[in-house]
Amino acid sequence: MGKSVLSQINASILINAIYAMQGYPAMLISNLLSPISIIIIVTFASHGSLLGEAVSGGLITAFVGGGLSLQADLAHLKNDFKLQDMVVSSPTSAGVYLFGMAISELIFQIPSIITLLALAFFFVHATLFAAAEVFAVLVLLYAFSIVLGFFLSTVSSDILQSWAFIGILSILLTTIPPVYYPINYIPMPWRYIAYISPTTYAAGIVQVSLGYLPPSQSNIALDWAVLIALCIILFVIAVKKNRWRDV
Amino acid sequence: MPELICSNLTKTYGKGMKALDKVSFSIPALGIFALIGRTGAGKTTLTRILATELMPTSGAASINGIDVVNNAGRLRDMIAVLPQESRAVAWLTPRQTIITYLMYRGVGFSEAKKKADSALRKTDMDRFANTLNEKLSGGQKRKILVATVLASGAPIIFVDEPTTGLDPISRAELWEAFKMLKKDHFVFLTTHYLEEAERLADRVGILHEGKLMALGTLDEIRKLVKYQYSIRILGKKDGIKVKEGKKTLGEDGYLQIMTTEKEADALSRRFIKGKIRFSINPVSLEDIFYSIVKKPIREEEGNGKQEEW
Repeated sequence: MGKSVLSQINASILINAIYAMQGYPAMLISNLLSPISIIIIVTFASHGSLLGEAVSGGLITAFVGGGLSLQADLAHLKNDFKLQDMVVSSPTSAGVYLFGMAISELIFQIPSIITLLALAFFFVHATLFAAAEVFAVLVLLYAFSIVLGFFLSTVSSDILQSWAFIGILSILLTTIPPVYYPINYIPMPWRYIAYISPTTYAAGIVQVSLGYLPPSQSNIALDWAVLIALCIILFVIAVKKNRWRDV
Repeated sequence: MPELICSNLTKTYGKGMKALDKVSFSIPALGIFALIGRTGAGKTTLTRILATELMPTSGAASINGIDVVNNAGRLRDMIAVLPQESRAVAWLTPRQTIITYLMYRGVGFSEAKKKADSALRKTDMDRFANTLNEKLSGGQKRKILVATVLASGAPIIFVDEPTTGLDPISRAELWEAFKMLKKDHFVFLTTHYLEEAERLADRVGILHEGKLMALGTLDEIRKLVKYQYSIRILGKKDGIKVKEGKKTLGEDGYLQIMTTEKEADALSRRFIKGKIRFSINPVSLEDIFYSIVKKPIREEEGNGKQEEW
């Protein structure tokens, strides 16, 4: 039988995006509302002055949210349907399965991303270079969140545990870090807590790039270095510790 | 001849819990092999190791000469697995379930669709092809998964306790599906339903507390026990003398006498004469299983002497 990696990737996209959207369209609305709800709060609370920051924060949340959703989806498919066991014993490799699932989450996020990009088009005025830099940050964040989500899904034994992971990660990645507003809104010494999260560095790069934060408030080179280092460290841990084939 | 070989296969989980203890056997990879054992005997652990889902702690295993541990990638082209407690994904239809699984096996979408329709027809599930899995009965859902592994075209199929929790009719339907699979596949089946193994299996292994206690065809397994016939009488009967055999009063209230063919013949004549209602059968897998892994509530050995009870 001729193996087709494209078919294997498409299988994940069909199961976790296309057929899931057909079955449960309410999930699309939920995905859409999650970043927009915080944009509304931040915009109203700042009398509109932080609208641009909030929209760029919404994009960060949407991309990080893909990984968080992936974690729960994979754990659900693994623990409740035993799909992963069937796939492990098939010619599909862990990498191909993960890549397909990552694309499926991106497809699920499309309505949310399109809405946020539309808001960005009207309210965020980015240069071509800034847009490219924001895009690079979002891709890196997405890769980070997908690897983190996959790793946690392989160690999660129940959907309740997955929900707990989502709660913890949401706070660590989108609540504590200054994603929807500049970091200088956080008073010292609380600002140091925000530096625990990789999204703080991502938001720093995005906000400087879009002109919401003066370059003096953030060391872009350091932010990139920390973000890339965290991604590499997490990737290495995930590759070494994930349990595709149980031990 | 294709062969499944396990050599000193051992699996120890955290805190030293030994799930498999130096399991060694060799069987032809043909027909249906049923691995029977009580819950926690190690059946799922052995199945998951052979299906390349779980690494053993030590020992080796191979199927048709392909090493399970070191050559898993090659083996995965040849196997399909129906894991214990697997469920058809709720938001898919049976056709989508089979199509996506085949795509994971590298089959293109159009080809997968054709194979899915064929498998649904073979298992008589084509009328449910476009119904959401969540709307199917428990038996139908399991049947869809059997159709899924059937559609895979993999010559080696692992099915782990596929009929647990199903009603007798659904179970019988699945048995028919397995009989269909048996024609051109090697099916490694685990079950704690002894009747299932007896009806379906060409060969049986009895696993108990991580150790393989018996292995062979049903006839070979029967020869492992001393007595070949089982007589059952309802209630405790006084005055039944058994020259050669074993009497057991079971929890179900039946007196069971396991004995030789000659003694069974003699006892039958006496029971007919004495108008005692009884049944007589060759020893069942259940009889053998209990004689190997479980101490009955009460048992007496004839030892060739007459005894009163």
